[in-house]
Amino acid sequence: MVDKVLTANRLTDGVSVWLNAAGEWATSLQEALVARHAEAFAALEEIGRKAYADNKVVDVNLIEVQETDGILWPLRLRERIRAQGPTMAYAPGYAPADPEFIAV
Amino acid sequence: MYRYDEFDHAFVSERVAQFRDQVERRLAGELSEDAFKPLRLMNGVYLQLHAYMLRIAIPYGTLNSKQMRMLAHVARTYDRGYGHFTTRQNLQFNWPKLSDMPDVLAELATVEMHAIQTSGNCIRNVTADHFAGAAADEVADPRPYAEILRQWSSVHPEFSFLPRKFKIAVTGAERDRAAIQVHDIGLHLKKNDKGELGFAVYVGGGQGRTPMIAKLIRDFLPEEDLLSYTTAIMRVYNLHGRRDNKYKARIKILVHETGVEELARQVEVEFAKLRDTELRLPEKDVQAIAAYFAPPALGERPEGWENLARWKKADEDFARWVKQNVQPHKNPDYGMVTISLKPIGGIPGDATDAQMDAVAEIAEEYAFDEIRVSHEQNLILPHVALADLEPVYRALVAAGLATANAGLITDIIACPGLDYCALANARSIPVAQEISARFGAPERQAEIGELKIKISGCINACGHHHVGHIGLLGVEKKGAELYQITLGGSGDEQTSIGEIIGRGFEPEKVTDAIEKIVDTYLGLRLDPQETFLTAYRRVGPQPFKDALYGGNAAEAA
Repeated sequence: MVDKVLTANRLTDGVSVWLNAAGEWATSLQEALVARHAEAFAALEEIGRKAYADNKVVDVNLIEVQETDGILWPLRLRERIRAQGPTMAYAPGYAPADPEFIAV
Repeated sequence: MYRYDEFDHAFVSERVAQFRDQVERRLAGELSEDAFKPLRLMNGVYLQLHAYMLRIAIPYGTLNSKQMRMLAHVARTYDRGYGHFTTRQNLQFNWPKLSDMPDVLAELATVEMHAIQTSGNCIRNVTADHFAGAAADEVADPRPYAEILRQWSSVHPEFSFLPRKFKIAVTGAERDRAAIQVHDIGLHLKKNDKGELGFAVYVGGGQGRTPMIAKLIRDFLPEEDLLSYTTAIMRVYNLHGRRDNKYKARIKILVHETGVEELARQVEVEFAKLRDTELRLPEKDVQAIAAYFAPPALGERPEGWENLARWKKADEDFARWVKQNVQPHKNPDYGMVTISLKPIGGIPGDATDAQMDAVAEIAEEYAFDEIRVSHEQNLILPHVALADLEPVYRALVAAGLATANAGLITDIIACPGLDYCALANARSIPVAQEISARFGAPERQAEIGELKIKISGCINACGHHHVGHIGLLGVEKKGAELYQITLGGSGDEQTSIGEIIGRGFEPEKVTDAIEKIVDTYLGLRLDPQETFLTAYRRVGPQPFKDALYGGNAAEAA
């Protein structure tokens, strides 16, 4: 079974966030709570529904990840880009995504 | 340019106040996302991958320096120091906070800008030839008509909830620089045998997943009937356009399914009811709007000719820039300058706050305070004296804006793609950057000549790949990016939709594929004057398929 984490965008500024083990929305995927079985997926989905209903976050999704050497790596490119930002240098002071993390 | 009247000011201010209240209620939890989403979209606020995005309307792509400075200020204050000029002649900010959005809109309102109707199933920003009012080949300035359409369509109660979004483009020259045949309505401003102004009316063009070239339904519509006839088209569409399937809801599908003759007949029936109503354009109103677009007082500057020849001789880079980025103006002492937002290896359409400020300053000092945004994601100074080209060039060089590549292979259109867009399947920008870097040498670009590459990161075709001489469409296949190549597209007066050439290419192989296509063209063209598009139309796809896929027929489309 593929592992999953819960992600969303924060209501106030739209920034991508992931649910951590403390039940907070963290701005780093690597802090995310990893669900490894069906019951945990269902629990995360319920938390996501509630956070959406409580107007904390929008665009809530459970996404597939793989954990390798302690690094969480989303299976979809879209989610890897969401986790690290645009893949090219786009503005001074903002680092682009790590190419190794983005690579298939 | 058009200036807001009291009604416009009151309307935009009222909308900002409304939206401020809506945002406050949303952040306080009093409005759900389901209730709020249509409200934010009506004010140009989208949610993308990393943040909210604000799309600001630039009517028919016309700006003044004050407005450009405000965009720079917003970029600096509320975003990450840059903005992205789009293929709809608009500007997008990629990182504003929802909580800041009312303040951003309030600041924009102070310079007569807003984000209304930059989203939703309504009539979007009316676009026009970016050389309007200046081009030597123009019959008349299309912008007064674009402005009339803007006023008519703004929060039009009947057309605010159409089956789907609706885009109108206007050109005033035979040479179509506004891509009118890939718009829902395309208007070609022209004169009849009596010298009267009117429009050829095209309907049902569009790109997206079902690209279609618009059909001509009126060869000459008198100027005074512009709004009544447009209203007639909108009514037919609003009544019969499909609402059961969003992928079949654009007017192009209605035209296709109804048949152009029958659709034109239905439009004529509606038009007959409308033409003698208050929608008939009074000549004095047209003149009043046209007065806003009166050309600046262009004094005689004959010294420019001699100066220009001398400067060109002294500086090869300047000469190259003039050749590529300066077009003939209707006044021979002047030129139209394209400011390329396509630095070699850079991000198409992006400009930093400092660059926006620099353009504003140059426009104020040398270009009668006028700036345009082109649908090819460049900026234009429509009125620059030849005598001022050298200082303008120096100022652009200092701002990193003097890339001499307008219309060349590195003048690439690219949508934001998967680096930003929630709809995208593949990245566009890095692909554009790699192609640009590969072909960036000035001599090589000059040898290749006019060649338009357009890249979209999904089938919605915001990067206009269907009308690229070479088009690239990014798709997701088995979790990875793949780029489908089309050849032979064009978005001008001889519009054509590009043909898929064969199996797609992985990201690391795309630039090599483009190089093979280019080398094939260079090898088969009759002479250096035969452009890529002309050569492709002469020889068809086979030589390119052979070059890309060898004898493997299964891979070629």
